[in-house]
Amino acid sequence: MMDFIIGHYNYWIVIVLMMVGLYTVISRGNLIKKIIGLNIFQVSVFFLYISLGTVEGGAAPIIAEGVKVYSNPLPHVLILTAIVVGVATTALALALVVRIKESYSTIEEDEIHNLDHSL
Amino acid sequence: MRPNLILQVVAKFVIPLMILFALYVQFHGDFGPGGGFQAGVIFSAAFILYSLVFGLDTAEKIIPAHWLRILAALGVVIYAGVGVASLLLGGNYLDYTLLGSNPIAGQHLGILLVELGVGITVAAAMLIMFFAFAGRGRE
Amino acid sequence: MIDIVIDITLLAFLAITSVAIVRMTNLFAIVMLFGIFSLLSAGLFVVMDAPDVAFTEAAVGAGISTVLMLATLALVKKPREPFYNEAPHAHRAWLSLVVVAVTGAALVYGTWDIPRFGDPDAPAQTHVARYYIENALPETGVPNIVTAVLASYRGFDTLGEVAVIFTAAVAVLLLIGGRRSKPAVEKKDKREQDEA
Repeated sequence: MMDFIIGHYNYWIVIVLMMVGLYTVISRGNLIKKIIGLNIFQVSVFFLYISLGTVEGGAAPIIAEGVKVYSNPLPHVLILTAIVVGVATTALALALVVRIKESYSTIEEDEIHNLDHSL
Repeated sequence: MRPNLILQVVAKFVIPLMILFALYVQFHGDFGPGGGFQAGVIFSAAFILYSLVFGLDTAEKIIPAHWLRILAALGVVIYAGVGVASLLLGGNYLDYTLLGSNPIAGQHLGILLVELGVGITVAAAMLIMFFAFAGRGRE
Repeated sequence: MIDIVIDITLLAFLAITSVAIVRMTNLFAIVMLFGIFSLLSAGLFVVMDAPDVAFTEAAVGAGISTVLMLATLALVKKPREPFYNEAPHAHRAWLSLVVVAVTGAALVYGTWDIPRFGDPDAPAQTHVARYYIENALPETGVPNIVTAVLASYRGFDTLGEVAVIFTAAVAVLLLIGGRRSKPAVEKKDKREQDEA
């Protein structure tokens, strides 16, 4: 039982983070907060990948003498590039927020809806 | 902006070390943790620190905006160019074995060049984004 | 054993930080908390034997993305107000809570079949990963397997990623690169004044 909990604890926290991110995206109206929610969701996916690649008693995947067990290098490669691409897309989203603020002079979703309907 | 003496002195001390560390991460990435993505981000962080402490106009004098645009494109061109070079030498696209005198040397050279391209593009792209956001606030 | 303890503690911190981010309304505090969130995740990546990823997350998450978010906040906050608070939300929260709870329960049910954390015989460790670990050094001469896979075995993938970053930079430049045009309202006022 204890083994099962320790063995799956990582995945459960990943799910908690994922759901916190999803909740922020669908329940909050502020656009910057929505972007932060998306980022939390994204980090939870990173943890899912890295958790799946971890090997018990393994070392970092850099070949060294006397080390027999390495963790899986493939998720590291995928997530490494995903982090940098993630910040690039976040910057793009923030740029869109800045433009929305300049056109509507608000970044609250409800107010933007009202402005659209009052035109 | 009001100059802050302590920040400026500390920044002058830290920024060269950051750039040196970025170069170490870039070129030592084959043997230790590191590589083009990390080095590019650390390099751009050094310049962002500089422009936060000394002001945006001073930073833009050091790296003009049009240079950054050229550098961002240059990195992608270096990466894709390595692929074309290996095509011209008779291999597959991005197959580095033919670039050197033996396969290992070829792989080494190919990985080094590719990581250099990645580092240049990432550093330039991050700086472009930061300057776009910071420059928008200026009247 | 100590690995597991650090892993569990840091993951609990992460969950608490994320809940705090959702519950706060001051956006400056939220952005700073997000920086802490990224730093904690960088620490966790080190515990999970991924130093390359930790490196990137520490530089990107705690550095660049926090700076970009602060710059955005400075652009969108109301003038003369030091802080930016999000507006109280008009939606009822329970509907989204139900959606999130149901999705989360389905996902937790899905974890029953995942091999346990750190299992050396999990399917993820037995296929292509073994090939990379055994052949990366003889084939490329690079001891860091992550670099070898990133730049050599999966070079096409990385070329695509670099192109994405370049495209994002171009798009940001197109959106907010130039000088700001005057807001429409001011322009109209000015025209009326000119006519008068």
